Amino acid sequence: MSANDVKDPNRRDFLYIATGAMGAVGTAAVAWPFIDQMNPSAETRAAGLPVEIDVSSIEAGQSVTIMWRSKPYFIRRLTTKELSEVSKVSLNDLKDPQAADERIGGSEVKDLVIVASNCTHLGCIPKEIENGAEGWKCPCHGSVFDMTGRILRGPAATNLPVPPYVFATANKLIVGTTNPEDA
Amino acid sequence: MAHEQHGIYEPKNGFMQWIDVRLPLPRLVYDSFVAYPVPKNLNGWYTFGGILSIMLVVQIITGIVLAMHFAASTQLAFNSVETIMRDVNYGWLIRRIHANGASMFFVAVYIHMFRGMYYGSYKAPREILWILGVIIFLLMMAAAFMGYVLPWGQMSFWGATVITGFFSAIPLIGTGIQELLLGGYAVGNPTLNRFFSLHYLLPFMIAGVVVLHVWALHVTGQSNPTGVEVKNFRKETVPFTPYATLKDALAMVLFFIVFAWFVFYLPDYMGHPDNYIPADPLVTPAHIVPEWYFLPFYAILRAITFNIEIPFTGIVLIDSKLGGVIAMFGSIIVLFFLPWLDTSKVRSARYRPLFRQFFWIFAGVCVALGYLGSRPAEGIYTLLSQIFTAYYFGHFLIILPLLGWKEKPSAIPASIADAVLADKKA
Ligand code: HEM
Ligand code: FES
Repeated sequence: MSANDVKDPNRRDFLYIATGAMGAVGTAAVAWPFIDQMNPSAETRAAGLPVEIDVSSIEAGQSVTIMWRSKPYFIRRLTTKELSEVSKVSLNDLKDPQAADERIGGSEVKDLVIVASNCTHLGCIPKEIENGAEGWKCPCHGSVFDMTGRILRGPAATNLPVPPYVFATANKLIVGTTNPEDA
Repeated sequence: MAHEQHGIYEPKNGFMQWIDVRLPLPRLVYDSFVAYPVPKNLNGWYTFGGILSIMLVVQIITGIVLAMHFAASTQLAFNSVETIMRDVNYGWLIRRIHANGASMFFVAVYIHMFRGMYYGSYKAPREILWILGVIIFLLMMAAAFMGYVLPWGQMSFWGATVITGFFSAIPLIGTGIQELLLGGYAVGNPTLNRFFSLHYLLPFMIAGVVVLHVWALHVTGQSNPTGVEVKNFRKETVPFTPYATLKDALAMVLFFIVFAWFVFYLPDYMGHPDNYIPADPLVTPAHIVPEWYFLPFYAILRAITFNIEIPFTGIVLIDSKLGGVIAMFGSIIVLFFLPWLDTSKVRSARYRPLFRQFFWIFAGVCVALGYLGSRPAEGIYTLLSQIFTAYYFGHFLIILPLLGWKEKPSAIPASIADAVLADKKA
């Protein structure tokens, strides 16, 4: 306590609090660079530019995998049978309800599914189910997704996300942006 | 609390006297590891603390040597580990000691923890001692997980993806936290580099907490299989050296025989063949499993396949993904509260007939969860995981609190000396 022992808040108390507050702000200011250095670096962020792909060679029932931001994305052309199957799924049966046609794109015919390949549970890559009515099954903890990447069952809680994309021309798909100028 | 101890340190010569009045480190060692009294009736299960200390030293020495040859880069890591295996002199030996050493470390820590649960070692006044132990366990898990990422095989990569994926379950800020941990949008070079840095650091942090753990132990004194505190120091304790020192040394030798058997005859038994395939971000192995020591927790993670909703409204409170992550972390966090969840005044399971049965059921449930964690996540395996996960939490949150006042303990000996004499007669 100060020598003259005043009860009311005095100049000294103010100085203590002001010093403490400045100290806290200073500590936070120094801590931030040490935390932020862990975030994706400028190099990593720059590698996240949109990617371009020609979809004319993808046959119905076939899928290809592309990389954007060092993560894989599936592009799959649905067959007419698959298209009719996914539209029959009742929204009430889905954990993360979304109509199938909101998840299907294309420039002339809407038959392309473009979704992230990393399972929305913990990030493994689901495998295509051969000859099944359902689409993908994740090997890690067993989540099952339909042909459009909607979660049907298992620990994943949300559908495979649809990345931003745009068709620059009929067959030129750009993933990573919705602006056709960005290619 | 001033302690009675077996003998007092006396510096043998002028030089030791000179040291003693400046930095009495020899005195500290003498008080802690020579004259320190240990209960006479400790059995073999009490040697695992010593084994754990030596295993930490083994991991640090072999790790520092591996780090001299390892290159933390996604382009080089896999091949540098192969170079260690094929070209570095005795590299195969050192790496196998380190990789199997991690497994043996967990064998020892699980025995050590179940010992604590059986004999009620976590009860007053040893709560902090127990909590420090749980902290060491968490740090060990982090160290082992990051170490497993370093060889940059398929299991390394996908293990890292799945485990850092836990953080993306946190609502709103999850993805941001995940990217902060990874240093990118997916597991990659920045991830490998920082994991190497932290993998190097963590064992030294563990060593720091071990010092606190042993300090806390030496304040409260060691418990013993009867759970009765020492009453007569002369009759019921012996000096740490030579009695505990030699017994611990014998146990270490036996443990090292098993360890060596794995290193030389079954070096890859506890590993996974997929980790000899270089990491490929495009293909997840058909069946991904963590190292055996994480399997029970992995089973708990996968058991939550359902959303938790407000009944009849369909509003999701906790989705299945967040639920799994909460359950998994919860299964370890609950250990912190064990000293207060177990309401019984009696420490040792020896005198708790009901608890003893529940202890073994619980141990069986943990093993069963471990088995389920290694199976594919489907059908009956998922159902069983859910049942055993419920039991796991039930054990801590329902059974232990209730047992404390329901159970009628059997007659507790008045002292350690009485218990030892009774054993002799029987
Ligand atoms: C708590 C102690 C430790 C544990 C539990 C541990 C665990 C592990 C594990 C499980 C691996 C993967 C082994 C494999 O599959 O190849 C590993 C690798 C590695 N560790 Fe450790 N470690 C510890 C201490 C250390 C220390 C102190 C260092 C360095 C100073 C170190 C350096 C390395 C290196 C360079 C590798 C990569 C080479 C390899 O994969 O064999 N470790 N560690
Ligand atoms: S990562 Fe796909 S189910 Fe867990």
